[in-house]
Amino acid sequence: MSDPVSAWIASYWATGLFVVAVVALCGLMIGAASLLGGRSHGRSKSLPFESGIVGAGTARQRFSVKFYLVAMLFVIFDIEAVYLFGWAVSVREVGWTGFAAATVFILILLAGLVYDARVGALDWAPRKRGREDASRARELAAVPGVERHAR
Amino acid sequence: MNWWTPQVEATLIAMVQAVVILLAVVVSGALLSMIERRLLALWQDRYGPNRVGPFGLLQIAADMLKIFFKEDWIPPFADRTFFVLAPAIAMASLLLSFMVIPITPGWGVADLNIGILFFFAMAGINVYAVLFAGWASGNKYALLGALRASAQTLSYEVFMGLAVMGIVAMTGSFNMRDIVNAQENVWFIVPQFFGFCTFVIAGIAVTHRHPFDQPEAEQELADGYHIEYSGMKWGMFFVGEYIGIVLISALLVTLFFGGWHGPLLPPIVWFLLKTVFFVILFVLLRAALPRPRYDKVMSFGWKVCLPLTLVNLLITGAMILLIDPGV
Repeated sequence: MSDPVSAWIASYWATGLFVVAVVALCGLMIGAASLLGGRSHGRSKSLPFESGIVGAGTARQRFSVKFYLVAMLFVIFDIEAVYLFGWAVSVREVGWTGFAAATVFILILLAGLVYDARVGALDWAPRKRGREDASRARELAAVPGVERHAR
Repeated sequence: MNWWTPQVEATLIAMVQAVVILLAVVVSGALLSMIERRLLALWQDRYGPNRVGPFGLLQIAADMLKIFFKEDWIPPFADRTFFVLAPAIAMASLLLSFMVIPITPGWGVADLNIGILFFFAMAGINVYAVLFAGWASGNKYALLGALRASAQTLSYEVFMGLAVMGIVAMTGSFNMRDIVNAQENVWFIVPQFFGFCTFVIAGIAVTHRHPFDQPEAEQELADGYHIEYSGMKWGMFFVGEYIGIVLISALLVTLFFGGWHGPLLPPIVWFLLKTVFFVILFVLLRAALPRPRYDKVMSFGWKVCLPLTLVNLLITGAMILLIDPGV
């Protein structure tokens, strides 16, 4: 592989073969197993597993907004990361000007992150209940003019 | 012989290398299932699988034969297309990532300029495997496990990219060979220690390994997203996880530990030694650490690791401009 062009072409062929081989391997594993395996039938076999009790309802249902929040946060912060990737490869070219821009950008993002944390978007556990909370509620109730605030 | 030019020869050599690398990765992924059990047994003061072949080495052959002849059951309540597609994606996306890893100066499949970005893309696609599996299974545990898994993986992928950007800034390239060559004198773990820490954590979380195996938490979710899978399809998730371990170990070696660089021994030996070290570290983590609570895992990722990587990147940028402005 002396000249760069032939090295490039060789690398393309190798890449193509690698992709084809990976796909073929996965297909082979699934295909062979479906041909070789036995078959059996049972009364309770075609029920979804729910720890041994009879299933209640289907699994095709809507789900807590908490998980969509993760998706939204992911989009915000991952797009930001993509911009920073661009800055990272060209740190030396763009110099201090680029650094200043990146600093402002990152500071805004950190502010956003702090805001998310403060409004409770990053809390995955339900709010703590119990004696501590109850005493706080009593304190608040004792102060005139302070409503019990719920997040 | 007219067609036998150096061009054809180089192409053939590269193609043979690609196949050898693929087979080596798959075999090592499969062997890891046995090695992990032996190592866990060692640390838990018991024997582990030691009956089939010398030191239990043939256990993997026995397991494979058994798993190929298991019933290939697709539940009647499942979505067939996605149910079959999910394990294939789980395995293929991680296997494809091996393309960008340079093993020695002469070995490696693709010398891509986007290098490390290709791995992030594949890690992103890997999330689909979990989501498809969980949704297509039509099982509540599976759905819960898949949502947990995808939420966790997405959260940790956000800063996985940023953790490596310090290295990219120092090298000025996404290309993995350039990154390895830049480490000839100093391995990147020295200037990028925080990048290393966060990348290890993100890597473990992305492969769903202990202590970040929330998606599979047996006690809570009875196996999570692959609960309805059996036979070879389950085996593909399983092997996929081990391939993920090998992949993350190889990436850690390439990015932070100088790849093939090392004194005396030939490059391939150094690469393999370092990779094996990290693979064993992965197993030791599983043997040693308890599983943290899910909300702790999530808030650790968002509130500690993400700001840390951002600040690390900023400081790295400033240091580069102060010490070695280059152009």
